[in-house]
Amino acid sequence: MKRILDAFLPLMVTFLVLGLWEWAVNHWQVPPYVLPAPLGIAKAFAANFSSLTASWIATLTVTVIAFSVATLAAVGLAILFSESRIAERTLYPYAVTIQVTPVVAVAPLILIWVGYDRVMVAEALIAGIVAFFPILSGTTLGLKSASFDLIDLARLYGASRGQILLRIRLPTALPNLLSGMKTAGGLALIGTVVAEFVAGSGTATGLAWRIIEAGNRLEIATLFAALALLAITGIAIFAALSLLEWWLLRRWHESAIAS
Amino acid sequence: MINVSAVSKRFPNGVVALRDMSFTVAEKEFVSLLGPSGCGKSTSLRIVAGLLSPDTGHIAYPNGKPEIGFVFQEPTLMPWADALANARLPLDLKHVPRGEAEARAADALARVGLKGFERAYPRELSGGMKMRVSIARALAARPQLLLLDEPFAALDEITRNALGNDLIRLWREDGLTVLFVTHSVGESSYLSQRVLVMTPRPGHIAANIALPSGRDNRLSPATIEAQRRISEALEDAGALA
Repeated sequence: MKRILDAFLPLMVTFLVLGLWEWAVNHWQVPPYVLPAPLGIAKAFAANFSSLTASWIATLTVTVIAFSVATLAAVGLAILFSESRIAERTLYPYAVTIQVTPVVAVAPLILIWVGYDRVMVAEALIAGIVAFFPILSGTTLGLKSASFDLIDLARLYGASRGQILLRIRLPTALPNLLSGMKTAGGLALIGTVVAEFVAGSGTATGLAWRIIEAGNRLEIATLFAALALLAITGIAIFAALSLLEWWLLRRWHESAIAS
Repeated sequence: MINVSAVSKRFPNGVVALRDMSFTVAEKEFVSLLGPSGCGKSTSLRIVAGLLSPDTGHIAYPNGKPEIGFVFQEPTLMPWADALANARLPLDLKHVPRGEAEARAADALARVGLKGFERAYPRELSGGMKMRVSIARALAARPQLLLLDEPFAALDEITRNALGNDLIRLWREDGLTVLFVTHSVGESSYLSQRVLVMTPRPGHIAANIALPSGRDNRLSPATIEAQRRISEALEDAGALA
């Protein structure tokens, strides 16, 4: 019964909210260019299905590439930081700088440097920068949290630094890495959308462009349909990464067992 | 098997853990290193294991450096691995073929009474069972020298006694040399053939007490007499102030 409630309660609440929204818009006769009703949004989605879907695929592609590259780069740098204090002290401030720099300020520069003929590369780079830091900080902490006694034991049995990294540090870091990835997944999507906004009409492919276009034409229902697609994508990314986290940790980590 | 000669150790925070520590352990002997908290027992063990370097003095192995097994005070298991994978760790690190490593690890687990628990994860095991896995891990490597750093300190008395009996059995079966760190007079008097009593920090050996045979159980007259002698040595060393 509890599992049924766990699964259906969010859906029930969603339908309740949509129902109230539909009723409120109709009851107070809110103009559709101010706030479209859910049914109106669904109709706009159906009417623009092929263009919205194509844009969604473009946005999702850039998001996945950005997230993957950010994960690989962050894990690689975290390993370097865990093995070398000098590297950590030298490079960590630059990583922090990347994190705190508003990406909207540097995105146009990145687009110019990479070139508008490779706009997807630029967008992936921008989104990757946004997604990078949570994975780096979480993984670095996890790698440095490995048990000293366990490492001593491994050294006693002649383990190399590589073996200690693979068999002890990386498994220790796994919960932190996965937590960082869950945060980074949504950030990669946000970063992609920001990059698409900055890239503007020259690209005319992703969901951000559909949002700009619909806004310019006062097709607010279509705008909301694009936003709904983004929201669903963000939820799906988070759910997929949560599932991965549960699957990898379910046998041994308290967080996965409690859930 | 081990010759510890005039070993001193000072840590970077200024603490002098050991000063002129000297002792020997013969092959197949079961020796306890007993002393108050903070006297340098664990430091001594880590120096013997090669995990720490002494500032002065040296460790000699007249018959060549033995294969060492180490058991920490905490079980120190990999929480992401099951009991078999934990017991197999030393063999995996030494690139022993997987089939042979699995067989040896499973055998070690069986010897410590954990047959049937090979696929259990550490969080599914009790404290005593986790310590058994830790001992099995040390045994799987087929050590000649077994170093134990207060392995039963965190356990209840019943479990401590049971594991102590198992340790004696394993020591006899495998012909091990054992250096056992403890702060328990009762434990050292029952388990060991010889007890090295340490002074408070900076630690060195204050007394070297050979214990008679006939200590068949923890309450035998010979065991009680051994406890008396050890307690006297602790008092003389200033450890009971």
